[in-house]
Amino acid sequence: MSDAFAIEIAAKTHFDSDGRPVPVLRDLSMEMKVGAFTCIVGPSGCGKTTTMRILAGLEAEFTGTIDRRLSTARISYAFQEPRLLPWRTVAQNVALALGDAKPQSSLVSEALTDVGLVGLGERYPAQLSLGQARRVSLARAFAVEPDVLFLDEPFVSLDEAGAQRLRALLLDLWQRHGATVLMVTHNVREAVQLADQIVLFTERPAKVADVIDVKLPRTERDEVRISEFARKLAGRYPDLIAA
Amino acid sequence: MADIPSDRLAAMDGARPRPGLSKRTVKSLLTVGSIAAFFALWLLGTWALGPRLLPDPLAVLQFMVAETRSGELPYHLGATLARVVAAFVLAMSIGTAIGLLMGRSKLADTILEPWLIFLLNAPALIVIVLAYIWIGLTESAAILAVAINKIPNVTVTIREGARALDPSYQEMARVYRFSRTKVLRDVVLPQLQPFIAAAARSGIALIWKIVLVVELLGRSNGVGFQIHLYFQMFDVKAILGYTLAFVIVMLLVEFLAVQPLEARANRWRPKPA
Repeated sequence: MSDAFAIEIAAKTHFDSDGRPVPVLRDLSMEMKVGAFTCIVGPSGCGKTTTMRILAGLEAEFTGTIDRRLSTARISYAFQEPRLLPWRTVAQNVALALGDAKPQSSLVSEALTDVGLVGLGERYPAQLSLGQARRVSLARAFAVEPDVLFLDEPFVSLDEAGAQRLRALLLDLWQRHGATVLMVTHNVREAVQLADQIVLFTERPAKVADVIDVKLPRTERDEVRISEFARKLAGRYPDLIAA
Repeated sequence: MADIPSDRLAAMDGARPRPGLSKRTVKSLLTVGSIAAFFALWLLGTWALGPRLLPDPLAVLQFMVAETRSGELPYHLGATLARVVAAFVLAMSIGTAIGLLMGRSKLADTILEPWLIFLLNAPALIVIVLAYIWIGLTESAAILAVAINKIPNVTVTIREGARALDPSYQEMARVYRFSRTKVLRDVVLPQLQPFIAAAARSGIALIWKIVLVVELLGRSNGVGFQIHLYFQMFDVKAILGYTLAFVIVMLLVEFLAVQPLEARANRWRPKPA
């Protein structure tokens, strides 16, 4: 099989408001295949986001070893909420993520065109709908041409039709730009629809319960097949996956 | 769905109630009315106390015109304004820098806290007198004394802002490898802007009051020096004239500089309906 980023997290502990340690991750071992789309699925609050934050370099306190290439790779992170700077315009938000040297304005308008937001560059984020803000967040994430792209439940709180449009957009952008993608979601159907590989987490303290390859070609992932795949998975892990 | 076609958004833009002309007219009428009430009270005071203790507004205005013709008033007003500006810039930049440091670093906060409390409570008069004694009766001593009086207030306000910085934006900046300049200019300062505005507002007011004391004690020009002079001559008309001239300048600064700047800095905020 192809190259992969190896991830070994021996332990990660949070502290509750009284200062008592709460183990979040224990003996978690997984890998992300280079160039592939990996989804982490698991019960809510089990430590999926924490794992992704560790990989993105946002959490330094943990024991374990992360593939060294991840610390030098160009990364992008689409947070659960779009995290656009409200005092900068849409175009400025995208431009700020790009380095200083590149010729920016053409790159920015290209990125906004790609996500279907032509002509909204001069708006402030407060003037956007949540769906539009999510699109800007995706535009920013792809504009930096990342080696690794982290997506933390990027489609929550959207209605299903809107989420479905954004999923199609994400696949389209990913296939054109190419990147190693790691996405966190609690929606199994979403994972089955998008991923090459699903990494299933246990309850807290989380470790990997199973790794499932989704071998179905993406063109054949229709409503029926996705539901069937998801149902089988939920049948095998009734405690971890909500049907 | 959260995705609204842009033509519908444009329609919503049009429907949003903008501050219309009538609303603005009402606002300026209220301002004018409030100022008129001030002069009415003044006239009432003149009638009660007599023109020697409280000359009427017209007499004060005539004094201001005569004093402007002779060049006295612009000269002293200019000297005071220059000191206010210098002390303001000095206090705001040093106060902001220390406030940011104390708000972001627990260590710096612990070390500097006693100094801050000491300076916050040091009486202005003592700071001024000591500055004149140690540095001499110079311009830099005067400006420094004023700035030292204001720095702790700026620091306290900015520190609150620095503590309230949203870490989620910092994380975003880190993931996208923002340079230091970008973090300061695009992430930190916009979040501090309301705190900087508050510090600047109260700062200008406090600074000009202290500048007058500094001028009274150790300068040979400026509004404070003139007021001291006319106090010895018991000339209330002149004292009020100089005060009024300065207040007018500060009102102009507020309406022509501070408010437009604030409106510009706040244009990203959703307008309240």
